[in-house]
Amino acid sequence: MGENNEKFAQLKELIKRHKGQPGALMPVLQGAQGIFGCVPEDVQKVIAEGLGVTLSEVYGVATFYAQFSLHPKGQYLISVCLGTACYVKGSQKVLDKLSEVLEIPVGGTTPDGRFTLEATRCLGACGLAPVMMINGEVYGRLTPDAVPAIIEKYKNMPGDAA
Amino acid sequence: MDIYRAHVLVCGGTGCSSSGSATLIERFNEKLAENGLDKEVKVIRTGCFGLCEAGPVVIVYPDGTFYSRVKPENVDEIVTEHLLKGRKVEHLVYTDHATHEQNASKALEDINFYKHQHRIALRNCGVIDPENIDEYLAMDGYRALEKALTSMTREQVIDEILKSGLRGRGGGGFPTGLKWKFTYNSQADQKYVACNADEGDPGAFMDRSILEGDPHSVIEAMAIAGYAIGASEGYIYVRAEYPIAVKRLTVAIDQAREYGLLGENIFGTGFNFNLFIRLGAGAFVCGEETALMHSIEGKRGEPTTRPPFPAVKGLFGKPTMLNNVETYANVAQIILHGAEWYASMGTEKSKGTKVFALGGKINNTGLVEVPMGTTLRTIIYDVGGGCPNGKKFKAVQTGGPSGGCLPESLLDTPVDYDNLIQAGSMMGSGGMIVMDEDNCMVDIARFYLDFIVDESCGKCTPCRVGTKRMLEILNRIVEGKGEEGDIEKLEELAKTIKATALCGLGQTAPNPVLSTLRFFRDEYEAHIREKRCPAHHCQALLNYSITDKCRGCTACARVCPAGAITGEVRQQHHIDTTKCLKCGACMEKCRFGAIIKA
Repeated sequence: MGENNEKFAQLKELIKRHKGQPGALMPVLQGAQGIFGCVPEDVQKVIAEGLGVTLSEVYGVATFYAQFSLHPKGQYLISVCLGTACYVKGSQKVLDKLSEVLEIPVGGTTPDGRFTLEATRCLGACGLAPVMMINGEVYGRLTPDAVPAIIEKYKNMPGDAA
Repeated sequence: MDIYRAHVLVCGGTGCSSSGSATLIERFNEKLAENGLDKEVKVIRTGCFGLCEAGPVVIVYPDGTFYSRVKPENVDEIVTEHLLKGRKVEHLVYTDHATHEQNASKALEDINFYKHQHRIALRNCGVIDPENIDEYLAMDGYRALEKALTSMTREQVIDEILKSGLRGRGGGGFPTGLKWKFTYNSQADQKYVACNADEGDPGAFMDRSILEGDPHSVIEAMAIAGYAIGASEGYIYVRAEYPIAVKRLTVAIDQAREYGLLGENIFGTGFNFNLFIRLGAGAFVCGEETALMHSIEGKRGEPTTRPPFPAVKGLFGKPTMLNNVETYANVAQIILHGAEWYASMGTEKSKGTKVFALGGKINNTGLVEVPMGTTLRTIIYDVGGGCPNGKKFKAVQTGGPSGGCLPESLLDTPVDYDNLIQAGSMMGSGGMIVMDEDNCMVDIARFYLDFIVDESCGKCTPCRVGTKRMLEILNRIVEGKGEEGDIEKLEELAKTIKATALCGLGQTAPNPVLSTLRFFRDEYEAHIREKRCPAHHCQALLNYSITDKCRGCTACARVCPAGAITGEVRQQHHIDTTKCLKCGACMEKCRFGAIIKA
């Protein structure tokens, strides 16, 4: 639990930095999402107390925006772009193939906690359509056939203890 | 200052970065050092060149050679051949898709993609290093701010913007000068300037490119706006999905502060202005101005009714002037060159230029900036190079989820705010997605509704429930379960939602359906009455069959997951349509083109 205490210490530090600043809740939630990887209820409680707002307000904001997640995500977050440019160039088929290869539905996480599959709206890399992003790395001009090899590459990477 | 005999410009925009331009820069620096050229040739990472299709893009000056799709292993050759021996590496020089012409002897502006463009908002993108304020200063940067602060009254600045005819580039097309004037007229102890960089329209990425390629142009314009309306603070609300843009903006703000171009007593005039960045968190509705301001305030990004307009009561309850990134990117040039210069471009009611993001089924995907009034045909064929693989053009979608799809018969429409609305679409933020004969227009309408249902904030019933009902009907139609009366139901729902939704997102949500119904009604009817998808796109409505081109190689039968294909070796095979799952695996496998879908 030492690691968790450290994270909560970081969170309190973050809250202290933003407290009193107008519209502090969003940057604090974004910071918390970065520290914990998600914003579960115990984190929200600390934020509510720290900023002096109600838990319902924190929960309301946390569930409104797509960026905040109440549950932990996989070690590798796969976001397939379903923006228009990618969609007309067949990104739905790429997403379907990933779902098939990983054996999880869109929005799901593999049982071993390694992969989360998400559909996202426009990454702004329309010139490379169809694209997907795995933990910040962008893969462009995709075809469904290219999917298994890319996933295999990540499966073979050494597992992270977290 | 060091003088270099040649410059290597490497695109550091999102598209090119994704395809490895950072590695190229490292490799160039290594190779130049190895060949002892590092004192003679300078490598610069710029913003987006616009022609993302050809990325990663490298331009070598002074000769302006345009290299496309450069790989790390090509760098050695460019250094030893071009930079050392002065011989262009012909096989890497950009080739025009449409004409198959290489530009080896051509200047950049003679390439078809650039020939019709007039870059004002994108003037510095791909030209300067966005993380170096000195390069922006060398391009007349912050001279407009100086001019406004030292030689113009606040009223004169507003008047100049008014007379230029500049209209909001975020989509609505509201006259920018009027917005400034309204906020100027509001009395308050504190006012705010805000920038909408929450570029949510899928397929539009001009704001991203401006922030990544020329962040100071936005900062300078916001400071000018602050002076004009009487605000000492500004907020930039930018999508968290744009990490490079956020980073460069942060660097730019810090540099501007260091140079005294932001902060206290700017140019010794007593004018104070500070800028803050706020990150979005993935909500399309936050592109709506009231929703955006609630989000900056740290609340749920839900819109509220207007009036009161932000010019009267906006951010933190104070008068606020909100413009989008591309609008701001024009401001400094207008102040510098005058309203008349700007108003000399464009059409009667839409002045200046507009940036479009060309995407979808088009050869030259990327960003283009053309004068208002350029026809769709020029943009799509002359600049964009038309549809790839010899496919037939079907429609162009403009305006994102609030816009519409325009057919070939309207390609000669000169593009401006009013013409697009009249044609049944809208300008929106400038996304332009081209569709060819393989795209089903019913499915495209369904795609947009799916987006809207996902992004509807849920505050008002017409949008929350109405769009969901529309999506359900469209889902049925593409699954082959459409019924007589569905089209009429869609039209009725669309009319009601348009009339009653709370914000712009809801009021325009039915547009993709209405515009496709207007121009592609026959496709809806084919789905509903004949259970047929004319574009052969909707899986549920396809029937696969094997023609006499079949050689009986059995590859299809082996790949079929449903065991629906039977036949003897070296005999024509047959698909049992009752067992067929319509997955298309057989068609991909067939080497003889013997399997067709209809």
